[in-house]
Amino acid sequence: MPKKRIYLDHNATTPLHPEVKNTMKKAMEVFGNPSSLHSFGREAKQLVEEARENVASFIGAGADEIIFTGSGSEANNTVLSIFSCMSARCTGSLDYHVNVITTNIEHPCILETAKCLKDRGAEVSYLKADCLGKINLEHVEEALVGKTGLVSVMMANNEIGTVQDIKEMAKIAHKHGALFHTDAVQAVGKIPVNVLDLNVDFLTLSGHKIYGPKGIGALYIKKGVPFCPLIRGGHQEKGRRAGTENTLGIAGLGKAIEMRRKEMKEEEKRLLKLKKILKEGIEKNIPDARFNGHPTDCLAGTLNVSFDGAEGEAILLYLDQEGIAVSTGSACASGSLDPSHVLLATGVPIERAHGSIRMSLGRENTIKDVEYVIDILPKVIGKVRKISTAYSKDNK
Amino acid sequence: MTMQPKWVYTEKAKEHFINPRNVLDDEKDYKDDGKGIVGNIKCGDEMMVAIKVDKEKQVITDCKWKTYGCASAIASTSIMSEMVKGMPVDKAYRISPKDITKELGGLPEHKIHCSVLGDKALRAAIDDYYKRNGMEDKIKKEKARIVCQCMNVTDKEIERAVLDGAKTLYELQEKTKLGTVCGQCKEEATRLLDEYKKKHFEKC
Repeated sequence: MPKKRIYLDHNATTPLHPEVKNTMKKAMEVFGNPSSLHSFGREAKQLVEEARENVASFIGAGADEIIFTGSGSEANNTVLSIFSCMSARCTGSLDYHVNVITTNIEHPCILETAKCLKDRGAEVSYLKADCLGKINLEHVEEALVGKTGLVSVMMANNEIGTVQDIKEMAKIAHKHGALFHTDAVQAVGKIPVNVLDLNVDFLTLSGHKIYGPKGIGALYIKKGVPFCPLIRGGHQEKGRRAGTENTLGIAGLGKAIEMRRKEMKEEEKRLLKLKKILKEGIEKNIPDARFNGHPTDCLAGTLNVSFDGAEGEAILLYLDQEGIAVSTGSACASGSLDPSHVLLATGVPIERAHGSIRMSLGRENTIKDVEYVIDILPKVIGKVRKISTAYSKDNK
Repeated sequence: MTMQPKWVYTEKAKEHFINPRNVLDDEKDYKDDGKGIVGNIKCGDEMMVAIKVDKEKQVITDCKWKTYGCASAIASTSIMSEMVKGMPVDKAYRISPKDITKELGGLPEHKIHCSVLGDKALRAAIDDYYKRNGMEDKIKKEKARIVCQCMNVTDKEIERAVLDGAKTLYELQEKTKLGTVCGQCKEEATRLLDEYKKKHFEKC
């Protein structure tokens, strides 16, 4: 293993913040069931409710509008499942035969669930992102039909980092009587997110993307909107999500959010600077590199780039040999045969999508890391291109 | 507490990936006796193999290659290029992905399809050699046979789907749409599915 290891894959997951680690170590001592009435239970309950307060106030919600879930994926699945409830007792849920609108650049946990909804009889339409990954507001307006029940659009894209104008989209959806959900897993803790300002009905967030633990997510459910639980069989989370609370994860998420509140603003400024240096270093030192995503409406730490004639998985593994961790939109790395659906949706030609990598910077990255990457990356790309049938110096 | 995580590939595959052998770096000046290109970068991988042949002995004396491909394509072609040097042409013609993955000490299952391009390109290079030297009679045509009449799916396509990860009839149907109309070919397709699974995935 190389001596130096540089982690540039923060959109995949993040290391625990040291403060989060401390909080979780202490929380390990608290083993009571938050539902128990005795002191052991009350201790655990307090821990959970403090975290809930933290999460809620950070995004401008009320504590009773937050439920904890096992992941961001679970929260997203929960929102899309409010349609299937046909019980006469269930007054809150939407009609089965609805129209759902989402986009073609969502995370698979939305896309796959939407596909499943369609199989169950719902009508699903997909808004198409433009070449920078933006969803056109006019398209949202056009797509809305009388029976549209829900619009779900991710706030910031995990692969290219493009940030959407959620506030305006929610306004349009509400004008037509539809509910609005945003998957803000990549946004919360990186850019300002306030549910009152955005006026969304549902919002998904996750712990492990913001230096919190894995296996914990949260869903904001606006007071009074129709809801139907995905996981049943317990009164936890006010009957909205059954299962004994993951106190350790919840405590960790609460602390992670608290730390984001303190660190987010300064850190994003710093990451933006680092990304600029990284981008310029690539532009200067590597020919035929093309950047994907939006130049300005983009997460500070996310940089997605395609290298002509170089295959992504090979790039990833050669970089890994040098201690640099990135991810790729190449099909070969994912085990499927199609490259990133997000890159294809934004019009990146398929051969270029196979040769793309995503670098996502985070709080522990330094200028030294970026300089090291600028030193190593051109060598790696040079090596891959030397082997490549699809890149020749002569025609460039 | 940092531990050395296991690599996705074997040590041998990793070593060939990091130090690929016989890469063709000067295409213009390489006087090959046969050259073949297969795949397409739109599908994510492309492979070129060029060979030199001792025409008296009918033995491959040199094998060079280039690829737009992933780590397993690089590793498997690198090792193949070493395997075929000094090998009679007709023997090299029969080399299979299984022979190559065996030499590499195995590949992850979902990576097998990445390694089939090397031997395919080698056969294309040998075909090219045969053509240039008036030995067209030696060229083996890979004849495709239609299995599903309704959807026009061939045995070659079934083999490809298996290499791409289809393990059950359902997965095969998802990939090829075979047997989704009259369904008569399902039995034959299941037989071929087993045959190709055995051919490509059974432990060497």
